[in-house]
Amino acid sequence: MTLPSTTALPVQVQSLSKHFGEVRAVDDISFDIRPGEFLTLLGPSGSGKTTLLMMIAGFSRPTNGSIRIAGQEIVHLPPHKRNIGMVFQNYALFPHMTVGENIAYPLRLRKVGKAEIEDRVRNVLDLVQLGGYADRRISQLSGGQRQRIALARAIVFEPRILLMDEPLSALDKQLRETMQIEIRRLHDRLGMTTISVTHDQREALTMSDRIAVFSKGRLAQIASPTGLYEQPESRFIAEFIGESSFLPLRATPNGLAYGDQLIQFDEAPQHTSGNMLLMLRPERLRLATGDTSGEGANYFRGRVQTVVFQGESLLFEVMLDGGHKVFVRVANRSDSARLVPEEGQRVTLCLDRADARIVRAED
Amino acid sequence: MAQAVLNLPPSSLNPDQLKENHQALQKEQRSEARTMFRLTLPALLIVGLLMVAPIGWLLSMSFVGQDGSIGLENYILFFSEAVYREMFVNTFVIAFVVTAICLILGYPVAYLMAILPSPWSGFLMLLVLMPFWTSNLVRTFSWLIILQRNGLVNQLLVWIGAIERPIALVHNMTGTIIGMVHIMVPFLILPLYASMKAIDLNLMRAAANLGSTPAHAFRRVYLPLTMPGLVAGTIMVFVMCLGFYITPALLGGGRIKMIAQRIEESLALYPTWGPAAALAVLLLAMTAICLGVSLLLVRRLTAEMRG
Amino acid sequence: MESHVSHRERLWLYIFVGLVIFYLIAPTFIVVPVSFSSTTSLSFPPPGWSTRWYESFFGQEKWIGSTWVSLRVAFGTMVLATVTGIAASYALHVSKLRMGNLIRSTLISPLAVPSILIAIGIFFVYARIGGMLNTIHGMILGHSVVAMPFVILTMSAGLQSYDMTQEMVARSLGANRFKAFMTVTLPQLKFSVATSMLLSFLVSFDELIISLMISSGPVSTLSRVTFATLRDDVDPTLAAVSTLMLIVTCIPPLALHIVTNRAKKKGA
Repeated sequence: MTLPSTTALPVQVQSLSKHFGEVRAVDDISFDIRPGEFLTLLGPSGSGKTTLLMMIAGFSRPTNGSIRIAGQEIVHLPPHKRNIGMVFQNYALFPHMTVGENIAYPLRLRKVGKAEIEDRVRNVLDLVQLGGYADRRISQLSGGQRQRIALARAIVFEPRILLMDEPLSALDKQLRETMQIEIRRLHDRLGMTTISVTHDQREALTMSDRIAVFSKGRLAQIASPTGLYEQPESRFIAEFIGESSFLPLRATPNGLAYGDQLIQFDEAPQHTSGNMLLMLRPERLRLATGDTSGEGANYFRGRVQTVVFQGESLLFEVMLDGGHKVFVRVANRSDSARLVPEEGQRVTLCLDRADARIVRAED
Repeated sequence: MAQAVLNLPPSSLNPDQLKENHQALQKEQRSEARTMFRLTLPALLIVGLLMVAPIGWLLSMSFVGQDGSIGLENYILFFSEAVYREMFVNTFVIAFVVTAICLILGYPVAYLMAILPSPWSGFLMLLVLMPFWTSNLVRTFSWLIILQRNGLVNQLLVWIGAIERPIALVHNMTGTIIGMVHIMVPFLILPLYASMKAIDLNLMRAAANLGSTPAHAFRRVYLPLTMPGLVAGTIMVFVMCLGFYITPALLGGGRIKMIAQRIEESLALYPTWGPAAALAVLLLAMTAICLGVSLLLVRRLTAEMRG
Repeated sequence: MESHVSHRERLWLYIFVGLVIFYLIAPTFIVVPVSFSSTTSLSFPPPGWSTRWYESFFGQEKWIGSTWVSLRVAFGTMVLATVTGIAASYALHVSKLRMGNLIRSTLISPLAVPSILIAIGIFFVYARIGGMLNTIHGMILGHSVVAMPFVILTMSAGLQSYDMTQEMVARSLGANRFKAFMTVTLPQLKFSVATSMLLSFLVSFDELIISLMISSGPVSTLSRVTFATLRDDVDPTLAAVSTLMLIVTCIPPLALHIVTNRAKKKGA
């Protein structure tokens, strides 16, 4: 089976803005996308991520800025000249055409010969594992199948890049997780630069090479999933990706402190300006046993408030002596059962030096 | 842990280039808006040149007298000629009577349509809409057949002994009214039905629960809630009656003249179009006032209901 | 939803509404038996049966000629009103034109204006410029004015419930706006388009007042001839004409209804 031939192309976004009167839906955004990269635009609704995608696709005209694919400026081109594949949230398959006719549509527009169309349609259907479906009607397909046909239609004409607008939001949880892996696998085979929009952080973490997090029209941070998870730059990102508790820090001559306690870091953090918080990922906190003094790690004392059983893990809420609440997550393994405290019990939590991270309080 | 963050250099588009870019994008925006506007142009020209413009022209024409001078000559005709007085009286009386009868006949129908479950309600709606598919001319002609001297109605009345000799039911106001009501009732039913459909029937149940008889609940709860639809429908029917032509012309027997007929006659009767234009302006003004009043009333009533 | 008032208590309501409905629908049908009457009086019940009035209709130039005129004008109105109306509705739906609401109100306004006013307006315009009075194209334009609101309302409703991302997808796949509209949007708006065409055809076919003002003689429409005959010289051929008109106006909506239902069953 021959794959649609694709080249991995870089994309460059510069000073892109979209203003609606006073409202800045997209506010002076610049970033680069590497050739063949799977980039996810992540953010809450209203953050500007969908508007940005629409500007790349050509359905929304920017107020200003430049978008270049492999050096070619596309911001003045109408959508039908951009040669960009797009999968919409509701798939938008043409109900009055069969599956085969849907997929053939872009090829017919490009005046591809009949025999070649048949060939390419068959190839791409095999690629999404729906071989033989060419004569089916759209109404006969399930949600997951429609998703794959929409994808097939978007890549059959060998577009320069692929865009996806919340492609999995219409599917149920089980199917979503399967499709996340499917789409990623397809991307790896084709090697096409792909930009996907989602508000679901888990989806972003699963599928992306890098994630660009948006908030209120601005780019908050762009990094790999691991990078965003381990080194979020602000509280907003730390809360958006994964869970976290925060402790306020103050600058002292000896370093950053929580109350009177000096925090031990592996690498001394730079850029400590403004309000800084200590980020505590629930799974990085441990219940300390044995020697709880010394400077090998950070120790916090407090009292357990609630213990919640969540299936694969246990979550407990601890009120520290310093007056702040933190969450601790412990995997539900039989050997850790002995360590699970009771409500009201006094405990000491341990945060390794390597896990100590700080984030900005403001965006 | 190394962080895979790409620190980008600031935008390499200098401010001048950005400004040019912004202007180019704005130009494209305007061009697209122009194309869209052009799509509406053919339709707009048809309605604009053949209806909107002439109405303006009518307005100016109405102030031009028979000798070409500007003045209220054409409007004064309304008071000086007896024919006009009769016409005004006829028009308003007929419009009022027809509207009143439509209300009496139409309210219960709309009510039943609103409270019946589907498919009955849909079936009733179909029956009410059926007359719309038949030409007004055909319907008016049917009434001519039924209301004539030896027509069905007279035959029936004589047969049951209500009258001794056939009475004149057509070529007079009676026939005109019967014919017009027949055409106008569906126009009252539809807006009324629309506003009734929006009423929560639980309100009636609550009223019953609180001790109200069905009649009382109807008068104090239901009726007021249907006011917006009632006002809109009634005024719309009234306005349409004012401008009616076909039915009074055919069932009025030449004795009943409403404004529309007078407008047409004026074209032949007077050497200039002035008088016809003046009447037209009058009809337009009445229509506009009624519609305006309707809009305001409905808005005030709905606002009151929302509290 | 069940009401707490029983059916028996409401009996008077059912009877009353039944009578009103009867009053609305039944009278129109009297033209059918009368059209088969053997005498020249419009008496019902007719003393005898005959098809002479139909023969009279098909035999007279004034009837056949005017029917042909009506058909041509109605067809022309259907095409003109639908095409211009679809273009306008699409533009109004898709773009945020500053004057969008004003344009839409203007296009729908003929519904609120009494026909006599529209008619003399058109008459005055046509009387001033030459070559429009007493012509087929003159009437097509005139009828399009009153047909336009129906097209705009129908198409706007259809566009509201249409998923515009279909067109966006088509454009992302390489179709320009026009092509995307023709190959993706329009096929999915089939029923709105059909309804618009039907409504504009019927509005034109039934139209009387405008035709009265701007046409006469050989270019008279069927409505005009019918009206003149009704007013001046009542003749049972009119009953035959009415019956035929009833059939013409009842069949298309019925056909549309059947086609819509069959399509719904197939698509579902």
